[in-house]
Amino acid sequence: MEPFAVQQLSGWGRYPVEECRVYRPEKRRGAGDVVRACEETLIPRGLGRSYGDAAINGGGAVLDYSRLNRMLDFNAETGVLECEAGVSLAEILDVFVPRGFFLPVLPGTKFVTVGGAIANDVHGKNHHVDGTFSRYVDQLTLMTPAGETLVCSPDENSEAFWATVGGVGLTGLILSARLQLRPVKTAYVRADYVRAANLDAALSAMDESDDRYTYSVAWVDCLSKGGALGRSILMRSNLAGPDEAPRGADPLRPKKKAGKTVPLNFPGFALNPLSIKAFNTLFYAMHRSVDGKIVDFDSYFCPLDSIGHWNRMYGKKGFSQFQATFPFGESAGLTELLELISGSSCASFLAVLKRMGTQGPGMLSYPSEGYTLTLDIPMRRDLVPLLRNMERLVLNRGGRMYMAKDATALPETFAQMYPRLDEFRAVKERLDPQYRFSSTQSRRLGITPDGGAREKEAPDVC
Amino acid sequence: MSADPATRKGVVILGATSAIARAAAIEFGRKGYDLIVASRDGGENETIAADVRVRSGAHVTALPFEAEDTASHPAFFAQCREQFDDNLAGVVLCFGCLFEQEAAQQDFALARRTIDVNFTGAVSILEKFAAHFEERRAGFICAVSSVAGDRGRQSNYHYGAAKAGLTTYLEGLRNRLFQAGVPVTTVKPGFVDTKMTFGKPGLMLVAPAEKAAKDIVKAALKGRNVVYTPWFWRYIMLIIRHVPEPVFKRLKL
Repeated sequence: MEPFAVQQLSGWGRYPVEECRVYRPEKRRGAGDVVRACEETLIPRGLGRSYGDAAINGGGAVLDYSRLNRMLDFNAETGVLECEAGVSLAEILDVFVPRGFFLPVLPGTKFVTVGGAIANDVHGKNHHVDGTFSRYVDQLTLMTPAGETLVCSPDENSEAFWATVGGVGLTGLILSARLQLRPVKTAYVRADYVRAANLDAALSAMDESDDRYTYSVAWVDCLSKGGALGRSILMRSNLAGPDEAPRGADPLRPKKKAGKTVPLNFPGFALNPLSIKAFNTLFYAMHRSVDGKIVDFDSYFCPLDSIGHWNRMYGKKGFSQFQATFPFGESAGLTELLELISGSSCASFLAVLKRMGTQGPGMLSYPSEGYTLTLDIPMRRDLVPLLRNMERLVLNRGGRMYMAKDATALPETFAQMYPRLDEFRAVKERLDPQYRFSSTQSRRLGITPDGGAREKEAPDVC
Repeated sequence: MSADPATRKGVVILGATSAIARAAAIEFGRKGYDLIVASRDGGENETIAADVRVRSGAHVTALPFEAEDTASHPAFFAQCREQFDDNLAGVVLCFGCLFEQEAAQQDFALARRTIDVNFTGAVSILEKFAAHFEERRAGFICAVSSVAGDRGRQSNYHYGAAKAGLTTYLEGLRNRLFQAGVPVTTVKPGFVDTKMTFGKPGLMLVAPAEKAAKDIVKAALKGRNVVYTPWFWRYIMLIIRHVPEPVFKRLKL
């Protein structure tokens, strides 16, 4: 059996923290051994960039598959990459952007694994045109909780496929996947920056002209109030043409910037309403409306990735990220949410707004049509009641929350936000009748039962 | 990556399924070398070969290799020669095995395997490469030993003794091959984030395997003598080696 480490584990938001038994196999066989022999409940984990409790399993086991990160095959004609689930999106970009291939969907950080990207069916700034990550996965290999290997695709074992997509690791361990990369001529985008004086201006600009851009996102100052509530900077772009890249350098190899790292936890008071307001005001002031700016991929798509351990800015107590989508007809929910935040003492340091495209076929996939707002809020005692209010607000407006960000939602809320939950449950029941795959989140949300694996005695040793 | 496959140099990675070995293979591939990745785990070895191929664009061959089975070494070496012909540029030995110390104290078979793999197996296969490189007056030899070989400790002295033997063997080999212009590099990793160290409590300053691999490839290609990775382990071990034995034997290390 594989060696394990007992670790205090959390998501990227560093709340909650729980003790888990962590396995980190380096060989395919070792991963199989853990899935088959582990008698506690188990949840797969990649690079730990889910914010809440999706990839931790308090009192149970966690299978860290980040070492199963081998690239298996690449076809330069078709751009199809087959790789193990532990390969990170950063590795894919490092290897393939210089060869003229880009990820079809890239979330706000590239430090996630392919397995995690599928299990959370992540979306990027191009969701309104290109959909989610799973749209570009034509096949995956799943190790079911029973230890069997199952090849799934939209055509073959399609129920297992669409339950695994967005299924936050509960259907088994994703071993490998086949991914369609996107050919590019340069590693740059041509971006237009537009200031919007308030939320309405931002939304109408998006409604009017998002379809002219492949990539679109807006940064929102969520401390501004009154007529300036929701003032934003729209950052929208298209891939740059070959003649638009900076001269004198390889257009597929932008100069790498030296990364910085947050060396230690900031003290809890470092991010306070005042400093956050100062930052937000400065950020807004610094960004004028500009057209046709040529920006490299890293700076445009993953600005925070250049700062290692940026989650330490929020101090030891951690933070909570909240992301919710409101259907197009319910955009008043955004105003209510922003009013709730700007009126509370829990300031959000970072807020991002995006107009989302149509819902995909993943049973628990988060992305659905509407406007999605993402907030980072430092953890403090009165935060949970605020999150509870936000949750209620989202539910009343027919919206939904993102499990990859969530650490506090209630099971009844979740069930209402995800109407295909029963369908998912049926597949889960079939693949994992003993509920061996379970996480802190899945128990909190009532997807798996409390108290560990069903019909098994809790063993001392795994 | 050089263009003409016929003139590309080849490097043999022994024990290719370790995290350090794999990262080293990718690094060599990116520097334009073709590779043979060799290990006893056939399926994993093929997977590693595919990974190195996709990531680096190098031509990679997977060959089965069993360190303990010294009788198979001549045939294995012949395969390596056949594969690269006269372009065999070097060999990097990365295999090793470490059992729980207490288990190895109780079961001599484990202690013996520790010595057979880490020391005897290494001597057997490196002699083949040494003779070939010596005759051709070209090539490099690089082997991963361990800081554990710098001083015996109760927590891993079978492993440490075998690695100490390997270190001394490499010293002698370096002395012999100097005349032929063939460098022999001894690498002594400290704590590297691999399967060997995962989950061990109280380890500080654990380095990523990719960092160790970069150091190894650089040292091998420069023909360095003895390198520690990360570098500061040279000084940690300098201190540890100089603790007087009457004091050292009382320590719980």
